Amino acid sequence: MAEGTLEVRIWRGGDEGAFGAYAVPARENQTVLDVVTEVQRRFEPSLAYRFSCRVGVCGSCAMTINGTPRWTCRTHVKRVAPEGRLTIEPLRNMKRVKDLACDMDGFLEKWASVGTFEGSATRADPPAAIDPASPARREVDAAIQCINCAVCYAACDVVAWDPHYLGPAALNRAWTLYNDARVADRRAVLESALQPGGCHTCHSHGACTEHCPVGLSPTAGIAGLKRASLLAMLKGGRP
Amino acid sequence: MSEARLFFLQRLTALVMAPLVLVHLVLIVYAVQGGLTAAEILGRTQGSVLWGLFYGTFVLMAAIHAPIGLRNVLREWTGIGRRPIDWLMVAFGLVLLGLGWRAVAAVVGGGA
Repeated sequence: MAEGTLEVRIWRGGDEGAFGAYAVPARENQTVLDVVTEVQRRFEPSLAYRFSCRVGVCGSCAMTINGTPRWTCRTHVKRVAPEGRLTIEPLRNMKRVKDLACDMDGFLEKWASVGTFEGSATRADPPAAIDPASPARREVDAAIQCINCAVCYAACDVVAWDPHYLGPAALNRAWTLYNDARVADRRAVLESALQPGGCHTCHSHGACTEHCPVGLSPTAGIAGLKRASLLAMLKGGRP
Repeated sequence: MSEARLFFLQRLTALVMAPLVLVHLVLIVYAVQGGLTAAEILGRTQGSVLWGLFYGTFVLMAAIHAPIGLRNVLREWTGIGRRPIDWLMVAFGLVLLGLGWRAVAAVVGGGA
């Protein structure tokens, strides 16, 4: 497919807008981010999009490519558009600001609402001795690599249906905090994940796990939170 | 009631209902295949404490289980507010309970 031209449609505008059509030269080694950059450099200097590292570390270049949320920098055109046709839109489930950039406030506020790391140790205390093989730490390790790219949030149908739903990334974060032995009030973390719109809203479709570019399973973490809520209720009464 | 409690209740009622549904289905197939008439069926159920308990429990479980699920559906698919949905579902559960128990009373009560 190196020879020839790609037919590229890119969303222009905010929530109201239309697709722009561009003919971009096909190249042997070409990511979707390369295509977007080429369109901006050659045809549309006003095209708005986000990217930073270009190598799958920062998580800022996620977009909807032919209907699927992906990191554009780690998506080769050959893999997703063998016929040479690309439709590129901003991520779903967030307000569109301009072209390919969306407003991530709601996503990040939900992330923050499950709590931040607050330990009980002070500077004077020795570093916490965490056994890497302990079951709780294994749960954290399996979920800790999230870089907030919002691909899971865009992939989740439940977020689309219920705007109150915290979404996979925030609940995955809650799961890592809940299993972190250094967190001072793990019960409070659990309770924040049980708020209306919390873990019990999840349908376990697994779209987040299917689409996570890092290969995490928020679905498993959310199931863990549901399990923890049952145990907490049977043991201690409240949730 | 908290989301966690509703989640627990929905699972618990499903757990109880699973065997009840199976018995109910087998019963339907048996009654249809054997060619039992309504009078014959009523003859066996009227005055039966066991069938009264069986279907009474079934109705109670369904009246708890269904509104919790329907609540989620309404939240996701309609623009109705959360509080109104909660009250609607309490009413829906009570209607299910009322209609269901009335039917159980009709099948089990009288006769014998």
